[in-house]
Amino acid sequence: MDFLNGFVALSNFVLIPAIAYGSQLALGALGVTLIYGILRFSNFAHGDTMAFGSMLAVLVTWWLQGMGVSLGPLPTALLALPLAILGTMALVLITDRAVYRFYREQKAKPVILVIVSMGVMFILNGLVRFVIGPNDQKFLDGERFIISVREFKAMTGLREGLAIKTTQGLTVVVAVVCVAALFWFLNRTRTGKSMRAYSDNEDLALLSGIDPERVVMYTWLIVAALATIAGTLYGLDKSFKPFVYFMLLLPIFASAILGGLGNPLGAIAGGFIIAFSEVTITYAWKKVLKYWMPEPLEPDGLVQLLSTDYKFAVSFVILIAVLLFKPTGIFKGKAV
Amino acid sequence: MSDMMRNSLFFGAMALLIIGEGMFVSWNSALFILNFGLISAILALGVNLQWGFAGLFNVGVMGFVALGGLAVVLTSMPPVGEAWNAGGVRVIAGLLIGAASVVSAVFTYKKLAGRARAIGTVAVLLVGFFLYRAVFDPAVQAIEAVNPAGTGYLGGLGLPVLLSWPVGGLLAAGAAWLVGKTALGLRSDYLAIATLGIAEIIIAVMKNEDWLARGVKNVNGLPRPMPYEIDLQQSESFIATAQSLGIDPVTASTLYVKLGYSVLFTAVLVLILVAAQLALHSPWGRMMRAIRDNEVAAEAMGKDVTRRHLQIFVLGSAICGIAGAMMTTLDGQLTPGSYQPLRYTFLIWVMVIVGGSGNNLGAVLGGFLIFYLYTKVEVWGPDIMEFVTIGLADDNALKIHLIESAAHMRLLTMGVILLLVLRFSPRGLIPEK
Repeated sequence: MDFLNGFVALSNFVLIPAIAYGSQLALGALGVTLIYGILRFSNFAHGDTMAFGSMLAVLVTWWLQGMGVSLGPLPTALLALPLAILGTMALVLITDRAVYRFYREQKAKPVILVIVSMGVMFILNGLVRFVIGPNDQKFLDGERFIISVREFKAMTGLREGLAIKTTQGLTVVVAVVCVAALFWFLNRTRTGKSMRAYSDNEDLALLSGIDPERVVMYTWLIVAALATIAGTLYGLDKSFKPFVYFMLLLPIFASAILGGLGNPLGAIAGGFIIAFSEVTITYAWKKVLKYWMPEPLEPDGLVQLLSTDYKFAVSFVILIAVLLFKPTGIFKGKAV
Repeated sequence: MSDMMRNSLFFGAMALLIIGEGMFVSWNSALFILNFGLISAILALGVNLQWGFAGLFNVGVMGFVALGGLAVVLTSMPPVGEAWNAGGVRVIAGLLIGAASVVSAVFTYKKLAGRARAIGTVAVLLVGFFLYRAVFDPAVQAIEAVNPAGTGYLGGLGLPVLLSWPVGGLLAAGAAWLVGKTALGLRSDYLAIATLGIAEIIIAVMKNEDWLARGVKNVNGLPRPMPYEIDLQQSESFIATAQSLGIDPVTASTLYVKLGYSVLFTAVLVLILVAAQLALHSPWGRMMRAIRDNEVAAEAMGKDVTRRHLQIFVLGSAICGIAGAMMTTLDGQLTPGSYQPLRYTFLIWVMVIVGGSGNNLGAVLGGFLIFYLYTKVEVWGPDIMEFVTIGLADDNALKIHLIESAAHMRLLTMGVILLLVLRFSPRGLIPEK
């Protein structure tokens, strides 16, 4: 019984939040890694692209709520997603036309593109704050929990409760669907295959008649969709605040680099590793250990390795360790 | 000669902008822009040293600026004796244990091989970590318990505040050495991410370690190198001088203090600018640019690229640290919550790129110009919106929203300026020769 209680506490406070957060990071890291693989630069504007996409989702959700549309137990934001994705796609295509294409034609060095993406970051950041303001926005509706603590306790008779938020369940389901669709696209369709070919060897791909502009366009479209979905899920799960998405840039890049930049599978693995490390290292283990340790060994303190405010430090240390010992990441990424 | 002409024209125009601010808005506001412009120019010089001279992509400027700010507290605030008695020695012992365990972990890693290496290193780190926490945590609690509303930290050394500027530089240099030792030699984007991360960590430490500088409770009332306005207003000789000049004593006192800072900051800027110019035109500067333009060739010529990179990374970061200390001195308080990467890292980058990377004068001009625009756009935004929406009724929801959020226009404007310069004048206003 004690073991079960401990396990339930562990699931409630560590496993479930980490899985949800990991899925959000993985979706974000996929976007970064795809841009890196195809366009060959680190996109600093990715966090703000996510913010822009989620902002559209929030606005459309409000509009739908105003018209009285709802999905019952599910958040209305799901209905808003397709429209938000379309809007973000339009935005990234316009940005690519107006900004990035010029440097691609010039064959500018990757670091110049990074600086250009800094400019785009400023613009998007300003745009989002201009439209929706810098404050927290609520757009979650529907059922809050799939299982609440009280229901779980009544159901099992355990002392510890387990809660699964609707948004957590939703995050995992949506992430799995997205990843499955993405891999099907990359591995089975003609366009997907040409994208992978272009990423592996640009010259060879060009020789075999692949149109680079088409590949780049599809990449941006996919990245826009991923960024919007990741941002909206994060916003539903935590809360929507423009600045937070900028702060997500660090764990997202850490995930992508950890898995190997340019490698989609690596991005997913990296997202989960970063999420689990952040949550486990900043979690106060007392609650779990009090069930698992024999009485005399029970800890006095909280057994929290680091305060939650240092969660960035966790992704950073992992990042540095990977860069020092295995610069191409766990799965072999592009080492340029 | 034409270069000289054009540069003078640019700087003359910049001076006119600031004087115009003084004539048409207020001299206080003009001096505010001048002072922060001077600090921004120093920051831009630091980043230009790293990016313009050596091609190092440092986006952790904010961290070094914040360390400079921390130096002001650690140097100039009076020590809190009671807190030192409560746990001062123990905190330092804890930190030493932490440092010792990292060093011995590195040592273990270098000495052992194979599986023993991984296990040994991890074991040393784990033991070190728990030992460190065991010594460190009680001391922190004891210190933070001493008058938490007033102090709750160790205080500083009680030295003159001007001394904190070089100390800020040293602190930033030390941190930069640690970062550089691990992260330099990586590809440019990796260095960018690593520096972005270290900046966030420095801010996190400053927000959370209350024993060090009170964390988010902020340290107010830092000592100033200038007299307080209130004291000036009570000094009879000052009032007499102000009245003889025909200025109201209150305004005169604020102007006097701000002008004093301007003189100090100008002295620092000139010092650093001259040093940077000499460095740029010395053999060392030529070597740096050679490394930047072709690392492989420079290495083949026998230049130690990683070492040179580390050197210039430390130097540039130290300059950012000095500027950070100056900024905190000017503010008179340390507020770790106010450090934002967009303002303290990326805006500096806009200054360098717009001014002209690789050119020190360009960096200085960029610092002044971009800070001027950054301040003014916030003011102009609502006015422009008022004008644009002139056809709408005053209670129109759209009009109200547009005018209210117009202040956020400045980030957007900075982005547009950066992109326009990169596209149409990628070498900046004053290009590298």
